Order: sequence, then structure tokens, then C-alpha cells
Amino acid sequence: MSAAVQIGTPAPVRVCPPPEPNCAHCGLPVPAARIEPKSEAQFCCDGCESVFAILRGAGLTEYYAQRDPSDARSATPQRSKRKFEELDEPAFRQSHCQPQVGGALRCEFFVEGVHCSACVWLLERLPRVTPAVFEARYDLTRSVLQIVWDPSLAPLSEVARALDSLGYTPHPTYSTTLAAEQRKGDRALLLRLGIAGAAAGNVMLMALALYSGEYAGMAAEYATFFRWGSLAIATPAVFWGGNLFFRGGFASLRTRTPHMDLPVSLGLLAGYLGSAVNTLRGQGEVYFDSLCTLIFLLLVGRYLQRTHQRRSAKASELLNALAPTTARLIEGEALREVPASALKVGDVVEVREGERVTVDGVICEGSSALDTSLLTGESFPEEVSVGDRVHAGTSNLSAPFRVRVESVGSDTRLGRLMHSVETTQRERAPIVRFADRVAGYFVQVIVALAAFTLLVWSRLDASHAIDHTVALLVVTCPCALGMATPLAVSAALRAAARCGVLFKGGEFIEELARPGIIVFDKTGTLTEGRLALVSWSGDEALKPLVRAAEAASGHPIARAFQRSISGNALRCEAREEYPGGVRARIAEPGEDARDVLVGSISFVRATLGSLPIWALNLAQAHAAAGRTPVLIAIDGEVSAIAAFADTIRADAATSLKRLAELGFQFEVLSGDDQRVVDAVVAELGVPLLNATGGASPEAKLATISALRAEGQRVFMVGDGVNDAAAMAAANVGVAVHGGAEACLSAADVFTTRPGLETVALAAEGSKRTMRVIRIGIALSLAYNALGVALAVTGRLDPLWAAVLMPLSSISVVTAALRARTFTQGSTP
Amino acid sequence: MSIIFLILPVTLLLSAGAVAAFAWATRSGQFDDLETPGIRLLHDESSGKERATERESDRKAD
Repeated sequence: MSAAVQIGTPAPVRVCPPPEPNCAHCGLPVPAARIEPKSEAQFCCDGCESVFAILRGAGLTEYYAQRDPSDARSATPQRSKRKFEELDEPAFRQSHCQPQVGGALRCEFFVEGVHCSACVWLLERLPRVTPAVFEARYDLTRSVLQIVWDPSLAPLSEVARALDSLGYTPHPTYSTTLAAEQRKGDRALLLRLGIAGAAAGNVMLMALALYSGEYAGMAAEYATFFRWGSLAIATPAVFWGGNLFFRGGFASLRTRTPHMDLPVSLGLLAGYLGSAVNTLRGQGEVYFDSLCTLIFLLLVGRYLQRTHQRRSAKASELLNALAPTTARLIEGEALREVPASALKVGDVVEVREGERVTVDGVICEGSSALDTSLLTGESFPEEVSVGDRVHAGTSNLSAPFRVRVESVGSDTRLGRLMHSVETTQRERAPIVRFADRVAGYFVQVIVALAAFTLLVWSRLDASHAIDHTVALLVVTCPCALGMATPLAVSAALRAAARCGVLFKGGEFIEELARPGIIVFDKTGTLTEGRLALVSWSGDEALKPLVRAAEAASGHPIARAFQRSISGNALRCEAREEYPGGVRARIAEPGEDARDVLVGSISFVRATLGSLPIWALNLAQAHAAAGRTPVLIAIDGEVSAIAAFADTIRADAATSLKRLAELGFQFEVLSGDDQRVVDAVVAELGVPLLNATGGASPEAKLATISALRAEGQRVFMVGDGVNDAAAMAAANVGVAVHGGAEACLSAADVFTTRPGLETVALAAEGSKRTMRVIRIGIALSLAYNALGVALAVTGRLDPLWAAVLMPLSSISVVTAALRARTFTQGSTP
Repeated sequence: MSIIFLILPVTLLLSAGAVAAFAWATRSGQFDDLETPGIRLLHDESSGKERATERESDRKAD
């Protein structure tokens, strides 16, 4: 209420900032211009206001009670305002919806913008907003909303629009079959784990009876009975729970690549067969308890690894789904949203500002500025108008235009690039993991030892030769060895995700642990990827005028002005936008309006007739240094010159120094102009092997391949589509935050926080993780050596095996879980 | 002691039942999402009276 009073008084703003009311929906401060004295609820934007109205209309104001007030900042609704007409196509219904009883359909969406439990609450009350929806269930683990709705009451697009109007933009999930298959795999593994666990527990009880019977004396019929019982329980555990390892072991034999499953299968099979035969014979040792525990523990490792790997995979999948796959097709006078795949050559589509271009074609109406940085690495936006060619993957920055389609889908430049990414990925040799390499030698040693034991004991005491050999194979069955890597890796994946680094697989941690050459992209990777005001020559007091003149524009320079200059917007009386500049009349409070001209050298010169020599010199000096000069003329006189550049990320130099300490070397490979690259490299001040500008995506790929052919270990860090092929060819491709979707799908590692610090964290954490893996493997080999010594000398009995194995596993697990791998480092 | 010959199979049957229950739960998707149900529980549904009126209005809407 006090806000209303203070609005009217033209008091000096800086002296005492008025207590701003907070938005009734999102809790952010309400800008002065939006305060409505009469209404009791204030809103910071139209989005919040309309969501509030919808919630009140549906009787869902309970949402505000559910919400955590401290979480307000993230709750501003982001609405796409799309029509979602492509969801009503029969093809979409065919591929994404499943029929339910009573004519209803079920469909899944990835939903953006869910932050808290109040969001989940609201989403699940969708039926009250749209009566056509019977049920809405949100799955936080997958970020997927499942809805059941009646298609006869409302089309799916209406449901999607209702979600969008609440601020949760829905995106179609990938084909439901893929998700179903993954879920099937998850469930199968969990079931295996459950069976192995139950078997291990029950066998252990009987084993306890057997062991104590051996010391205290037990009637033979009971012992036999317990053995048969153990056999009955162990059989499903070994062949259902453990067939995962048998399959892996067999594949490893067939492809002749070392794998941990091979020694595991060997131990399991030998142990099971030996124990089964002894049960039938009624004499000798049985190892069912050790076998079941082994299978259970190994499966736990697998399960953990799969869960954590799934999380990173989900994050990249989600980002991929956010990419628009629709286009606005123009049919005569009407506009229709269609899936991009349905477009044909010769169609005309409209691209609005802020949208991504989805086809290659020629502009037939309108002009705008295009951000091509993700496709070409160019840091400065490209001005395009009628007759210019535009490419899929660029985004429209300032004004709507229409494009005549020349190629779609895989025929576009983006499509061809993605094709080369796929080819490169297929050709890349699979990484043989450290533990598997160890397992390769391990299995040879074990087989040799087993043969030796068999030979020696058949000379000494033929009746026990087989028993001792089986004992050897069981005790050396690499439980701890098999668990060391999955556990260390899954713990590391989790810690890394908390630090903002997502690995698509554990093997990339191992790859990143050893230094090599890191090739950086420039635009968007080393630099911020957007223009910022770096120099202002002229009166500071003119800045608010310029900001007001540029306030309504979507042009990248105008946005950079808006970001760089803060303060209240002045009143803009008239405003005209031209290619290359803007002319406006701006009035300061209590003064006459002034004529403000903001634009490029050529625009200002053309408008004013001539330029003062100092302005021209300064502007040209800026241009020569790789910056973009902007001239400001007030009332027909050039009064200030601003210069814009893509600035280097604040943490770039320190992150590179940290990486250099680990032994990495650097190269810069950019699609941008060589002059700009040189300027950035000079400012960075870190020694580089090479800095190349003007590199096409193909040239980037060739450079990486050439480095690898020399035997170097190469890492590619980038953010654009133009880096994607190079990433796929590198040992590890790292996509930084904010990169193109195509780049994410090619990358092996991606960061979820802006800046390069995460890359340094990833390398440091990988190195530490590798140390943990090595310690785990060393520990387990030490236990194995002890077991071998006992077995070869014939002193090993099942009890020893049963004690040694969990002991080794526990020490490895503790080492893996207690290790600090990925930590924030210097920043708290 | 010979009771063990009866007890052991009974125990095994019980565990088989537990495993079967686990298999059913897994296959019917009880373990697919372990996060959201925990949050759903926290949603303080409106009091019983309000819920009744809600149901009333739902019925009217139908």
C-alpha cells in the first residue's frame, strides 16, 4: 500500500529505494511500472498474472500454501505460448499414446520448470484445470508427466496448452518403446538383485548351521539335508541372477576382449559345479554361500552404476527434448504448426524472434539478425534479409521472417553434420576399462594357477586335487575386483553430478584421468558467447538515454545494452528501427525529448551525413581489435562511442591453469575470425600449443583426427554444433553449459553450470577417482593372493572362503565410498 | 531335531513367497519411481470437509 504512495511522488530514486511489493505468484519484486495501486495482488509480469488467474479460477490457490517461500526465485513461469498443434497429428497419437479402457488415451510428456513439491502438487491437479484430463501423475526421477485424457472432450494440444499456461512447457518424450525397453531392463536387473539377495540370505543361514555342525558335530543326515537345501536355493541365484555374468563372459571370449565377467563366470561355474558334484557324492566341500553372496554383491555394484549412469543419460535426453521439432507452415493466409519432419522443399515457414530455425532455406520475407554461433562459431550475429540463406540450428534474434524451404531433416547442413558425428562415433574404438584390462591378465594367471594346483595335488593326493582346484577358483573369484570399479565410479558419478559435471559413462572418468591435449572452442566456451559492453567513451549520463532507445528491441546489441546498463527506463516517445541502427525520441523527467541515434558506423554516417574524425578513428580502432563499435548521436551530434565484444569467461584463465597443473596442454580451434581469436588468446595469457581461427566443422574434425593419429590423447571442449563431430572423434568430448542440443548428443561429458571451472573439476575429480579404483583393485588383489596361498597349500576350507570374500569386499567398498573425488575445490 | 526336515522346506516356501511378492512389485512398477511418492505424501490435502465439497463440485461438473 505504501508503494502506491511512493509511485506518485517524483522523489529522487537513489536516496531511498521504495519497499517493493512482491509478486503474488512468484514472489519476485514487482517493477515500479507494473504496480497497480487498486488491486490487492501485484504481479511482476503477465505470465505470473495469468497463472494466478487460472489457479484461482480452478480453486487451486492451495498451491501458494504448498510452496516453499524461500524457493520463490525460480518459480517465475516460462511460457512458450505455442499452440502445440503438432500433437493432434494422427502420426503422433500413433507413436506416443496408448489407448486405455473407455476410449481414453495415455500420453507422456517431459515437463520443464518443475522445481519443488508444490509444482508436483499443481501438475497432478491438472484435471481441475482441464476437465478432459482424468489423471495426471508426475515422475520426478524421469521428469515425466503421465496423463490420461479423453480425446473426445479435448484434443491433446489443448491439454498441452493448459500445461503451458501454468508455466510448465510440455515436450513429447522420445518414442515410448525406447523408454519401455529401458524400464524393462531396470526391472529385470532389480529382480535379479532381489533373487540373489534372498538366496544369499537363506543359504547363509544354512551355511552357518553347516559350519557350526562341523565344529560341534552334526549327524550326517542333517548335513546332507542342508547341502541339498543350499543347492536348491543356489541354483536359481546362479543361473537367474548370475547369467548376466555368464553372457558377458561368453561375449568376452568370443570377441577376445578382456572383461571382468570372464574371471567371474569361471569362478562361479567352477564353484557351482564342484559344489553340486560334492552334494551328489555326499562328501567334499560346498561353497554355495560364497557363490550367492558373490552374485549379490556384484549385482549391487551393477545396479548402482546403472542408476547413476541413467541420471546423466536422463539429463541429456531432457535437454534434447527441449529442442523445437516443429515449424510454422504458411498455407495461403493461415499458419499451422507442423512437425519439422513433415515439411517439404518449397514450403514457406515463419520463424519468430527467439526461435530456432529448423530448416535450410532462403528468406522470402522480412529481415532479422541471426545467431549462428552454435553452427559456425561466429561470435557476432549475422544480419539477414530477403534472398539470404539461413540454416537449421541458427536462432532468430530480432524479428520474424519467412523462409522458403530448400532442404529439411538430414539434408540440411545441420543434418549432414550430425551424420558425420554418428559415423565418427561408430568408428571410435571402444574404451577398454582399466579393471577389464586387469581382469584380462588376472584370468590368465588364475587358469595357470589352477592348472598348477591340479597337477601338483594329483601327484601328492589325487583324491583332493579337484577339491583344492575348485577352492582356488572360488576364492579367487574377483568379487572385490569386480566391485571396485562400479562402486568407485557410481560414487564418483554422483559426486560429479553434484558439482555440475555429468558423465555419460564411467569409462570417460578413466579417460579424463590421464592428461593430454585439450582443444577448446572459443565462442561460448572460452568466452561468454554473448556480447557485452567493454568500452564506453563519452558522458556516463547518456547511458540511460541509450538504454531507453534500445529497450524495446530484440537485437543482440540492444540486448547487450539492456544487460550492461541498469537503471529505470526513461519515457520513449517515438522509435524507429532500421537495419544497422535505431532512432528514438527520449524524454528525461521534466525535460524536452531528445533525438537519440544509436547504430553502426555506416548507419550513423548515412543518417548524419558525416562523422567527426575522432569518432571515426576510435570506432575503427575498436573494429581492428576485434570489437564491435556502436556510435551514439544525441540531437544530431556524435557524443559517445560504445564497443562490444564477446568477453572471456571470468574463470577461464584460472581453470586452464588448474588443468595445466595436472599436465594438460591446450589448443584453441575456433570458427571465428583469426583476429578475434588472437585477441582472446592474448587476453587469456595461458600458453597454448596452437590457436587457429576460421576453422570449419570439417577442419575441426580433421585437426582432432590428425592429433589422434599422432598418438596424442585429445579432449575436445566446445558448445556448438560445429564442435560436435570433433567431439565425437576426440578421446572425450566435453560440452559446456548452454551448448547446442546436437553438441550434447555428441558429447561424453557435459556440464550443467556455466563456466570452465567445471571442466577443471572434472579432470581433477577423474584423477582422484582413478586413484580410488587403483587402490580398490590393489586391495582385492592382495586378498586374492592370500586366498591363493591358502588354496594352493590345501588349507582353504569353505569357511575361510566365506570370511575372506566379504572382508575383501567391505574394505573395497569402504575405500570407494569414503573417497573424496569430485569436490568444489577452492570455492566453498 | 527331525522337525528340521519339516521346518526347512516351510522356510523355503516362505522365502519363495517373499521373492514372488518382490517379483510382482518389481514387474508392476512399484520401484520405478522412488522420489515422487515421498513428495506426494507431504502434500497436505485440504481437510476432510473441504475434500467433501470438492468431490461435490466435481460431481456437479460431471
